[in-house]
Amino acid sequence: MSEMKKLIDDTGAFDCVECGKCTSVCPVARVDPNFAPRLIVVRALEGVETNLAKEKDMWSCITCEMCNDMCPYKVDYTGFIQGMRAEAAKAGNLPVLSQGGAVHTMQRIMAKGIKQNRLSWLTPDLRVKEKGDVFYFTGCAVQLGTLFYDQAAELKKTPASIVKVLNAAGIEPVVSKDEVCCGHDLNWTGDEKSLLNLMDRNVKAIKESGAKTVVFSCPECMRTFEVDYQDFLGDLPFELKHISEYLLELADQGKLKFNQNGGKVTYQDSCRLGRHLGIYDPPRELIAEVGLDLVEMPNRREKAGCCGVNAFGNCNETSRKLQLDRLIEATGTGADTMLTFCPKCVIHFNCLLSSPRLPVDRGKVKILVRDFGVVIAERLGEGDAYEQARS
Amino acid sequence: MSDFEPHIVAFCCNWCSYAGGDLAGVSRFQYPPNARIVRVMCSGRIEPQFILRAFELGADGVLVAGCHIGDCHYISGNEKAQKKVEATKELIDQLGLDGRRLRLEWISASEGSKFAATMKDFTEDLKVLGPNPLRGSSE
Repeated sequence: MSEMKKLIDDTGAFDCVECGKCTSVCPVARVDPNFAPRLIVVRALEGVETNLAKEKDMWSCITCEMCNDMCPYKVDYTGFIQGMRAEAAKAGNLPVLSQGGAVHTMQRIMAKGIKQNRLSWLTPDLRVKEKGDVFYFTGCAVQLGTLFYDQAAELKKTPASIVKVLNAAGIEPVVSKDEVCCGHDLNWTGDEKSLLNLMDRNVKAIKESGAKTVVFSCPECMRTFEVDYQDFLGDLPFELKHISEYLLELADQGKLKFNQNGGKVTYQDSCRLGRHLGIYDPPRELIAEVGLDLVEMPNRREKAGCCGVNAFGNCNETSRKLQLDRLIEATGTGADTMLTFCPKCVIHFNCLLSSPRLPVDRGKVKILVRDFGVVIAERLGEGDAYEQARS
Repeated sequence: MSDFEPHIVAFCCNWCSYAGGDLAGVSRFQYPPNARIVRVMCSGRIEPQFILRAFELGADGVLVAGCHIGDCHYISGNEKAQKKVEATKELIDQLGLDGRRLRLEWISASEGSKFAATMKDFTEDLKVLGPNPLRGSSE
């Protein structure tokens, strides 16, 4: 079990004082009493042999990092789970994947180096470049929108919307036809080999473009670059920025103008953008900037509820309960729309909303869950700054 | 590429298309032996993953065959199949596999000749398209 020893060292698990705060905040433990992050780590520390080929606990975790955030000794529970998953997958212990694993198959197809039709969304009115300073990493929003056509078809519009907003600010981003999936879902289901393959292709595509800044709209892509890629490659030779941070900078320079008085919305902190990367304020400031009124949910920022599924693995009754709780909370704010940057949040919440039967009255979950990127483009003011500067 | 023989995975519904294939057989219609037929209870059972997985494993073409609209044994299974196959077609186009590699056909139990004609036609089309680019690619 030397892998487990190494994992204990890497994640600082020896510092665990068994206070149990992780289990008390764990959203999965709240619903499923058999699951406890503390127990998983303590068992490993005590040398209790975990049967990695059979144990299913590590797949129940939704990797939301609520535990990491609460831990007074900063033990990396989620990292521990990630490591355990890689070992479990090697032993043939795999999670039950939603859609039969369609998303993972799609990502593995990309890893095989097939020439994709990646920029199918690019319409002639959008201005993009092949080489330049700013690289926009689109992620798989279009593909996910195609696959989940009845839940989240809106995602097909995400990359075009972001490019439209960047164009309005006078920025012509680089988008690459050689870009592939970041590998997030494969990495979290134990397929490190495919992650490395995808990583090499992405980093090569970005380096070839000569970009100094890479802008992400998808929180999962950004987390994978920021944490996982840099784990393997060391510091990447370009700056990573979330679109909310980048657009705020542009708005501060007066380059973007939005319509005002757009109604009430609430904001869902996705786990990747919030707890994993610590980006809480820029999306909120951006909501004000695009002329929308933000009504906060009671559980927000570090305590934000979860969409209940990680990397399309193990969607079960626990996931359903978490989604339902969060949507009831969102409806309670009185807002008619919940905005989020994460395409997975959009898919999973809409999956619950589109289910034919719900255990509660439909009036209690009366809210639209929408992709923030698409909404930003809709809020763009008429006479955009770019056109004015040119005339 | 004259000697290229495409591999086709054909999902046929139990009530119409599989019986259509049977009829083609007992009627002694000649058609190319390129398809591996998988019988499913309804074309609505076919999920995008089945199709993607077939391509990942190297199939050159995937055929989904079901009852004509209105004839589904389960009332509306084929309508669901139609939606799913259309979305999957778009997806495999985006992934760089040609959307023409995926076909949806309605073949009833009395259409043995249509079954044979579809197989002939699809095989010819795939011979023109060439092998699945995922076949033998480096991983």
